Amino acid sequence: MSSTSVLGGVVRRREDPALIQGRGRYTDDVKLARTAHVAFVRSPYAHATVGAIDTSAATAMEGVVAVYTAADTDHLGPLIAQVPVGALRPLLNNGTVKHVGEAVAMVVAEDPYVAKDAADSVEVDYEPMPAVVDLKQSLSDEVPVHEGASNTLISWVGPFGADEAALAELQAGIEAAKQRDDAVVVSQEMTNQRLIPVPIEPRSVLADYQAGYDRFDIYSSTQIPSALAGAIGKYFGMSMNQVTVKAMEVGGGFGCKLNVYNDEVLVAFASKQLDRPVKWTETRREAANSTIQGRGWVATATVTGTTSGEVLGFELEGIADMGAYSQNFTVAIPFLGLFVGSGQYGFPTYWKMDCVTTHTMTTDAYRGAGRPEAAYYLERIMDMYARRIGMDPAEVRRKNYISSSDFPGAVSPMGFPMDTGDYTTNLDAALEAAGWSDLLAERDAARAEGRHVGVGLATYVEVCGFGPSGLVDLGFSWAEYQMPSAFNGSSLVRVHPDGSATVSIGTGPSGQGHQTTWAQIVGDGLGLEVDRIRVIHGDTEEAPPSIGSFGSRSAAVDGAACYEATGKVRAKAARIAAHMLEASEADIEFADGGAHVAGAPDSSVSWGDIAACAYQPHRLPEGMEGGLEAHAIFSPGNATWPFGTHIAVVEVDPDTGDVDLLRYIGMDDCGNVISPMIVDGQVHGGIAQGIGQAMFEDAVYDADGNLLSGSLVDYILPTAADLPSFELDRTVTPTDVNPLGVKGIGEAGTIGSAQTVVNAVVDALEPLGVTHIDMPLRPRRVWQAIQDARA
Amino acid sequence: MKVSMSVNGRQVSGEAEPRTLLVHFLRESLGLTGTHVGCESSYCGACTISLDGKAVLSCTMLAAQADGADITTVEGLAQDGELHPVQEGFWERHGLQCGFCTPGMIMSAVTLLEENPEPSEEEIRRGIEGNLCRCTGYHNIVQAIEYAGARMRGEEPAPAEWENA
Ligand code: FES
Ligand code: FES
Repeated sequence: MSSTSVLGGVVRRREDPALIQGRGRYTDDVKLARTAHVAFVRSPYAHATVGAIDTSAATAMEGVVAVYTAADTDHLGPLIAQVPVGALRPLLNNGTVKHVGEAVAMVVAEDPYVAKDAADSVEVDYEPMPAVVDLKQSLSDEVPVHEGASNTLISWVGPFGADEAALAELQAGIEAAKQRDDAVVVSQEMTNQRLIPVPIEPRSVLADYQAGYDRFDIYSSTQIPSALAGAIGKYFGMSMNQVTVKAMEVGGGFGCKLNVYNDEVLVAFASKQLDRPVKWTETRREAANSTIQGRGWVATATVTGTTSGEVLGFELEGIADMGAYSQNFTVAIPFLGLFVGSGQYGFPTYWKMDCVTTHTMTTDAYRGAGRPEAAYYLERIMDMYARRIGMDPAEVRRKNYISSSDFPGAVSPMGFPMDTGDYTTNLDAALEAAGWSDLLAERDAARAEGRHVGVGLATYVEVCGFGPSGLVDLGFSWAEYQMPSAFNGSSLVRVHPDGSATVSIGTGPSGQGHQTTWAQIVGDGLGLEVDRIRVIHGDTEEAPPSIGSFGSRSAAVDGAACYEATGKVRAKAARIAAHMLEASEADIEFADGGAHVAGAPDSSVSWGDIAACAYQPHRLPEGMEGGLEAHAIFSPGNATWPFGTHIAVVEVDPDTGDVDLLRYIGMDDCGNVISPMIVDGQVHGGIAQGIGQAMFEDAVYDADGNLLSGSLVDYILPTAADLPSFELDRTVTPTDVNPLGVKGIGEAGTIGSAQTVVNAVVDALEPLGVTHIDMPLRPRRVWQAIQDARA
Repeated sequence: MKVSMSVNGRQVSGEAEPRTLLVHFLRESLGLTGTHVGCESSYCGACTISLDGKAVLSCTMLAAQADGADITTVEGLAQDGELHPVQEGFWERHGLQCGFCTPGMIMSAVTLLEENPEPSEEEIRRGIEGNLCRCTGYHNIVQAIEYAGARMRGEEPAPAEWENA
């Protein structure tokens, strides 16, 4: 076991000893003297005018410190959104509420129990109005979500950059193909249901305004500390350097902690008003109704192909649910789907998604964010097409892939240049790992016995590792949060006078093992023991500005910055060591905690010796500055495009509709791998969330906009007993857009899995005539589909 | 009201309101923040502790109901600086990512292995059904518990999957 090999090394995680002994510090664990506690008063209606708000009973309660309504906070303006298309969320609402769970008042009390009691005692006069929840109904504008505005906020049409003439030509081409004698057209409307992210740690924020210094310390369970610091600065007329945001241990995020929330701003407001620390931790119900949700599309996918498996065109047209207000990137999420709308394939693709509002909680990035939805539609309809023409589903995919010989330089049919890809090799590896032909034979044998066994396959390409600084010109930045080009990675590596080192980095991990990975990169580059390296992340005071962790970007962007900063430190240290050892710089090698002359291990100096010299400028080579640290900003040439193939085997009980997941095989390609252990872990968790969507999870609003799945009783997460162990392996196609060759793996498992499971279940039920079932494939729904097919 | 109990081998007492949940008493009054609150409604298992030798959800009990009880929380598992085999298993087999479910998961696994020293994969999965994890897909949690089981039986654990690769 190598402790410092940057690629492929396995190191037990450094964060674990604290976490397994209950000594990790999450936001809610932080206690500051004189902390007051917040509870919110939230709307029970999806759409209602707010009349009088009577706070007198609350104010009179012993232990209540303050009660705030919109009258107190409206001067701050609405919640900042990075893509401000559509209505923005009021911090508190005293006009017309637009979804169940919307905040109308904030109570601050000495104790959280008292705060909750006081919030319950606030009386609000609501005048309920009709709500719109159904996407097609919203599209018709019959009931406006916001008075006087169309419910449709934007329509994303692809290929990206195609003008009207080009789109018309594309569509005419696909229409013409449909007229061919050998044309097969397969079309299906499908729902990709809304999901609730459910990190097990509820969101939590503790704001500590220090009047004596006119500055904020904010502790928050966030993936984006810098954006929160920028937002707080903007709301309170302060410079970024007056606000420190610390994301301590973050108990899972999956995108839902990748927003600046009104509650964070409001808690900061209360702290400043009251001149004392103020804390709020959401309840599980609040996590369901007022933290962002994901997915929520209904769309029709159509494949036009030949009887011999050549696809002539793919079309996707549908509607995506934005919820009531735009928050961070809300309307941009379906655009991320458009990026990968044509998957791994080279066929002409027409893609259109209308983004509409509804009287529900905002949607935004949930693990995969647009890409799982896009992959779902494409891979479900490819499967239906394969079935229709009676061809092996793997062969249909293979026939239509972009060829590995098109790289470098491949441009997807959606109009995006892709970094590297070798889809056929990956597919073959997956088929081999699964024992594909045996699997099919076993399935057929089981069928002959009357059992309903199914095999499902799906492939995907994702886009991640955002990204190039130039994305700013496409409107992708964090400028609204005072982070103008925040897609860069950023890292600072400092060697201290005693030869230990600290790497500070702008990532905001929530379980991805950054304490370990960044130390591996620095340790490998400097030949320094990992134990002598401290990693600081999630802290805007200590770390150089960067934007945090999301979109599978940390390793590919900030990790690359860490690698480059390490290289700069090593280069300077090599000059110092050469000077000390009277050797040539080119002969200096780093290993075992110091530097030595190549071929002469005894001629060596330790990192302590080098650092001592670095901090005594008179001992340094002529003209060299003192100190031993370096900063690197990294902007990749492109996003990265990981890919993979997943295979599932299921058995369905036709009498109950129960689906038993027997095997799950994942063959992912995320380029080079720093830690196989951590990469596999990411894929495990991602697959579980995709299976969760396929089989269990469903954020259900009724027609009046009531959230029917607001607790963990009715929002069903997969348990250990629901899942098999996963069989993972990988192919390795390094990217050329960063020096590590890594692509990113945080979302791949989720992007590849839901359709794989649905394809398998449909395969199992094919003999009964089932061609499609909308997710989640809970027993009742599967049973119903069987009845319908039999009828 | 005053409540007293033994927590991690130490006799403790403190003031609690009649409605104070045990988990809040542990976290707020005793400062033992290793026991986490994930749902406060008995569905996630993050708040699992050991009470008189049984795994219980500390969010579904009042502090007053635990008066006189013998409690172990995750902070009390390691003895004399030596990790409990289950803790070691979670570390060795990457059984945690964000770590938020981990204390509850570990406490459930300890009870599981005490009751069934050689569980099958199926029995492990059933045994931790009440503990939700959103990060790991449970794959490595199962591996971690198998590792711990082997250690507690005095056997050599099977090599990690990535060691075979
Ligand atoms: S916090 Fe007790 S079960 Fe979730
Ligand atoms: S490790 Fe994050 S919830 Fe289990």
